[in-house]
Amino acid sequence: MESTEQIPFIHIQPARKWLSLDVGELWVYRELIYFLIWRDIKVRYKQTAIGAAWAILQPLLMMVIFTLVFQYIAKIQSDGVPYPVFAYTALLPWSFFSGALSRCSASVAQQANLVSKVYFPRLIAPLSATVSGIVDFAISFALLALMLAWYGIMPTWGVLALPVLLFLALMTALSVGLWLSALHVKYHDVGHLIPFLVQMWMYASPVAYPVSEIPEKWRLIYSLNPMVGVIEGFRWALLGTQRPDFRVMAVSISCVFALLFAGVIYFKRMERSFADVI
Amino acid sequence: MGDIAIQVRGISKQYSIGLYQRHDTLRDYISHGLTSAFRRKNGSGQEQQTFWALKDISFDVAQGEVVGIVGGNGAGKSTLLKVLSRITSPTEGAAKIYGRVGSLLEVGTGFHPELTGRENIFLNGAILGMRKAEIQRKFDEIVAFSEIEKFIDTPVKRYSSGMYVRLAFAVAAHLEPEILIVDEVLAVGDVAFQKKCLGTMDSVAKQGRTILFVSHNLAAVRSLCSRAFLLMNGQIQMAGTAEEVVQQYVRILEPDQRSLLGERRDRSGDGTVRAIAFEARVPDQHNGGSPRTGAPVDFIIEYNVQQDVVRRLYAQIYVTDSSGNAVFACSTAMLNVDFASVSGKGRLICHIDYLPLKPGRYWVNTKLGKYSGHSRYEKADEVQNAASFEVLDNGDSGFIDYANAPVVVPHQWELSSSNTQPAAFVTSKL
Repeated sequence: MESTEQIPFIHIQPARKWLSLDVGELWVYRELIYFLIWRDIKVRYKQTAIGAAWAILQPLLMMVIFTLVFQYIAKIQSDGVPYPVFAYTALLPWSFFSGALSRCSASVAQQANLVSKVYFPRLIAPLSATVSGIVDFAISFALLALMLAWYGIMPTWGVLALPVLLFLALMTALSVGLWLSALHVKYHDVGHLIPFLVQMWMYASPVAYPVSEIPEKWRLIYSLNPMVGVIEGFRWALLGTQRPDFRVMAVSISCVFALLFAGVIYFKRMERSFADVI
Repeated sequence: MGDIAIQVRGISKQYSIGLYQRHDTLRDYISHGLTSAFRRKNGSGQEQQTFWALKDISFDVAQGEVVGIVGGNGAGKSTLLKVLSRITSPTEGAAKIYGRVGSLLEVGTGFHPELTGRENIFLNGAILGMRKAEIQRKFDEIVAFSEIEKFIDTPVKRYSSGMYVRLAFAVAAHLEPEILIVDEVLAVGDVAFQKKCLGTMDSVAKQGRTILFVSHNLAAVRSLCSRAFLLMNGQIQMAGTAEEVVQQYVRILEPDQRSLLGERRDRSGDGTVRAIAFEARVPDQHNGGSPRTGAPVDFIIEYNVQQDVVRRLYAQIYVTDSSGNAVFACSTAMLNVDFASVSGKGRLICHIDYLPLKPGRYWVNTKLGKYSGHSRYEKADEVQNAASFEVLDNGDSGFIDYANAPVVVPHQWELSSSNTQPAAFVTSKL
């Protein structure tokens, strides 16, 4: 046969401890990634009366609750910005992050049927689950633009940094989500743990309150939470509040990437037994 | 031919029993940890129980070969396919596969109930490894094959199970890898559709693609495959031509069933009389010989009366094909006969002059009872899938087209035309 060289070759052997990350294989399967994201988006608001309006309604309702509780009852300061828009600006990256984290953590266990019947690079499951929230983000962002116009707030040149901040939120979700998704396959406890983790994380991020409420001496440790930088960055870019400290952000970003790298390795080590344990 | 497509060397797969149940939750993990700590103190080791689902499997498959894998439940067939599809990794050994692999361990993997038929074709196609452009090109063909054109934009959760399977198989049938790994996916759907699927597989095989095929449908293995393996307890018991392996498998299967029927627990009825053996025997041929299409056969039930005597014994034999569809039944009630008083052990023989079954594997359900008044009876013993038997085709005719029909009936043809004298008679011969 003359075409022998083009024939793909697969070598099956027992699992080794360390594996190459096989980025090339992910590229081969890029269409599957696309279809899984597409499916997630298509299915999310099927058989709902108002459809994708939920993407707007969820952060909007949160904003109303926050405004009632934190502005009128707790009398929280909001850096001189009207509280509703102050909260909504933070709720956007936050819902994107929390959705991505929850979906990513459940991704492999939820696809049990796929994992046990078909081969595909398992990393595709958490990857596609994490990314699919971007459409919701885009929809709810449109409402933010209207709110800014309503309040007559002019965004700064910082908006150019928004994609980077969003990417950082995505990486943060993935860095924690990868660990949880691999653990979730074996320990279903993770499924029960995630809602609490997300809630705790929200209180540890400046969603409902400004960073200025945090006592000065704790602020450095507090800012190591990468979502602090993301949310502060969003407010800085859109509302013109104080710029987050880029040096602190650099530290938290390095932590995210270290966690992400270790997460990928852990995931790759665990994935060989997914089909047997799931 | 000649070039190797799949080379398997010493593949073994070990599972640890209990891994699934015990360690599912952290609590289980902790409690297990505690108990095993105690056990270790008490000195009774023996905890991580393991078993080998596959043990030292080696074989080669040449390009363009169609190889069947047969074996009972738990023989390791599915595990082997999972290892070769890279779903799970082997514990030992290695395999080399040359070519694009498509594996079909299930039809409709990844189908989403909320999505429409059209959307699911794309999703499922991508999951099975098809390119988007490829799916687009074959889309019309897939829809036509599935015979559900009208419902293509309906969410699949509104489909009947038959429609669902049709659509799923239509996608799978259009997969064009160099190597196709197929598990028992044909056991779904109605008979006509199964035939269509087998036909598709046959044409795939004729295009020179390599197929590894697991099936309980021995007739399909025999007609599709050139070679076959018999897998038992995770080991290759026998390799050879499909014909030889199927024959051997049937031989291993049969004595088992004969001796076991009396001891089966999965039976219902009051047990006053029990079927202890069943046999489908060719008359005048006292040992061996498989029943053949259109030839006489005797169904023999050996019974054992547990109390002194049973009055007015009733018997029924119900024949199903290998996918569980009823084909026909024979019963004493149909002929309005019963056996006045029966005691001890004995045999009931049901004579059939013309076996109306196509070649293939069939299962029988046996039922014994007592009449208790007007056309009513009390069930004494019923066993589902009490035994199976293999029907071979009638050797003296060549190719027979059974036209996808479930049964074969004796019939004759006659030509009658105004300008043809005399009428020609052709006796049907099967």
